[in-house]
Amino acid sequence: MTNKKWVAMLLAGGQGTRLGELTNTLAKPAVPFGGKYRIIDFTLSNCMHSGVDTVGVLTQYQPHLLNTYVGNGRPWDLDRKCGGAHVLPPYRGQNGGQWYKGTANAVYQNIKFIDQNDPEYVLVISGDHIYQMDYNKLLEFHIEKQAEATIAVIQVPWHDANRFGIMNTNEQDRIIEFHEKPSLPKSNLASMGVYLFNWKSLRRHLIQDDQDPNSSNDFGKDIIPKMLADKSRIYAYRFSDYWKDVGTIESLWEANMDLLKENPPLNLNDPHWKIFTGNANHPPQYISPEAEVRQSLINEGSMVFGKVIRSVISYNVQIGKGCTIKDSVIMPNVTIGDNVTIERSIVTSHTIVEAGSTFGTSNPSQNITLISNKEKMTSHIREVL
Amino acid sequence: MDRVLGIVNLINEKQYLKELTLNRCLASVPFGGRNRLIDFTLSNFIHANISKVGIFAKENYRSMMDHLGTGKEWDLDRRNGGLFFFPPMHPNKMIRGDLDQFKDQIDFFHRSAADLVVISPGHHVCKIDFTDVIKEHKKSKADITLVYKAYEGEPVSKPLYHTCKIDEAGEVQDIGLYTRIDEGDLVCLETYVINKEVLIDIIESCVNNKEYDLLKDGIKANLTKRRVNGYAFEGVLPFIHSLRTYHTSNMTMLDPHVLQSFFFRDWDIFTKVKHEPPAKYSAFSKVNKSLIANGCDIEGIVENSIIFRGVKIRKGAVVKNCIIMQKGEIEEGALLENVITDKQVKVRKNQVVMGDLDPMVIKKGEII
Repeated sequence: MTNKKWVAMLLAGGQGTRLGELTNTLAKPAVPFGGKYRIIDFTLSNCMHSGVDTVGVLTQYQPHLLNTYVGNGRPWDLDRKCGGAHVLPPYRGQNGGQWYKGTANAVYQNIKFIDQNDPEYVLVISGDHIYQMDYNKLLEFHIEKQAEATIAVIQVPWHDANRFGIMNTNEQDRIIEFHEKPSLPKSNLASMGVYLFNWKSLRRHLIQDDQDPNSSNDFGKDIIPKMLADKSRIYAYRFSDYWKDVGTIESLWEANMDLLKENPPLNLNDPHWKIFTGNANHPPQYISPEAEVRQSLINEGSMVFGKVIRSVISYNVQIGKGCTIKDSVIMPNVTIGDNVTIERSIVTSHTIVEAGSTFGTSNPSQNITLISNKEKMTSHIREVL
Repeated sequence: MDRVLGIVNLINEKQYLKELTLNRCLASVPFGGRNRLIDFTLSNFIHANISKVGIFAKENYRSMMDHLGTGKEWDLDRRNGGLFFFPPMHPNKMIRGDLDQFKDQIDFFHRSAADLVVISPGHHVCKIDFTDVIKEHKKSKADITLVYKAYEGEPVSKPLYHTCKIDEAGEVQDIGLYTRIDEGDLVCLETYVINKEVLIDIIESCVNNKEYDLLKDGIKANLTKRRVNGYAFEGVLPFIHSLRTYHTSNMTMLDPHVLQSFFFRDWDIFTKVKHEPPAKYSAFSKVNKSLIANGCDIEGIVENSIIFRGVKIRKGAVVKNCIIMQKGEIEEGALLENVITDKQVKVRKNQVVMGDLDPMVIKKGEII
């Protein structure tokens, strides 16, 4: 196989426990977003637009849907003769096998895959963030700084800083300190979970890390601090466009609502940076004579007979007569009976909402309501086919 | 399982959609917000497990080729079988009829392992279950099964259709070529199931006799010699033979029951995928009784209309009883009623365009 400039390792094995029932039967990167997409589409589309043509997708938790969905990578032009998308679940070898213990261990276990491609650089990204980013700019910066590793960072509000990996940098943007979720953050530069490494250096550190019995085998907790202790040249690449971690119900809801703004910070309609998705085939959406739709995103295959205000409606959704759907996210294949009121809620895929019911509240101090039927997610796989 | 070869026959297409077929063949005319007419035929083939399809084209087939690509969207990118595209053999060759072009590709028929051939034009909007037509064909032991439908709609005075007479046993007694038709007349849908050997025989012997028309020379002239059975198609099929009927056929999709029967039941109608984001509705939008495709930006008023992918309808614009094709842009304050805008049309601010029962057509790419 020919030598590659870079290879991306996409971490997609996370459970996303904070998303509650949304991730009962599917991994967080596979959670529907924006009426049409799955969260992982954003990273895969970024790879595609940045010219990263070899992507290893590391799956572990509830991988069926994700494995089928990524498949040979065709929606993202990753069905290549040389390179392309590869789903990499844990495997067994001569000395047995083991689950991926941490993010770094997942990459460690696939050193062979990376070596096969013999890249100069390895991009480690995660499948649970919403953003549009040209990784080439990160690479240019990395080369210019002669860095061993570069971490993409974004300024977060100070009061949120304790939820992220926080960097301290010098004037040249070289990282001098890194703290994972610090209680007293010294800066508000947060790691976006996008790392670029020189493969030789990362390879060495991964092997060292694996030999350390006290390591949790995590990029943020172990690899980066170890590299810093070794005085490796690690730089922070500042990113100032839209980036959102959608790890909680609230942030998932917020990121969906962000799309409804007059000039949304994330442009789904950017002809040069389209977000590609494993497209299902649906007819246009039908808006009935009694329907009212305002400030909303609606996807194909849906039929609207009620009122939809400031909401995101995915494909194959039926909204009955006399309904009011406000400030809500309706995921795919949901059927809502007549005269239902839903406010500030997320309705999970395949839910059937009985006629006449009421969910959620308009009170902004209340949590977002998650609506789902239990034991209904049997046909999830069908969605992607 | 039967081995069946599918043929989409575009040789006999007519020009009744005028401006809409200036640069494209009839089968490639957009329909229903997202599809092109040929999607229905191909999807019906797929449903019947027909995995080898030959498309015989005459002219204006660039948009058709672009639409079909490798056939991936219809699962026709096969190692075994798949999509075959047959434009005329030579640009200077006069095409004298469909049999003429079949004869040029006679190896395609010989080489195929199929026993049966399904032939259909590319412009019928319908869901016909070819497995059932094939079943009836075999049961009747006919050489040829001809699909017909009782005509519904206003009488057509132009001689566009062929009618057929069916006897009590279900056999075709006579075929009336190019006749005017009335409600209830049995219209030949130019859709057939033919035993492959019979088809090859028809092609060879007709072309030998300098006869080139499948229906006239191959079937009508052979009604006594061959067993030709009729198959009545009872499902929904809007007859399209003018801009007016094209407009009304599109509008039938605004009935949720029709929409569901086409797109949510039995089998899917596939089309070329465009990766457009969901349609966006602004705080000022007012939409009712309409079909809206993805990638649209709706700020104005839309009523009783079909809006294709990537259309922008600006604030204060009013679109009524219209078909707005892909990437159209209707600027602020414009008013459109009974209008069909072809792809990439731009209607400037405060323009008023009105059609009547015969809709007004704005040509592809025009700015008015």
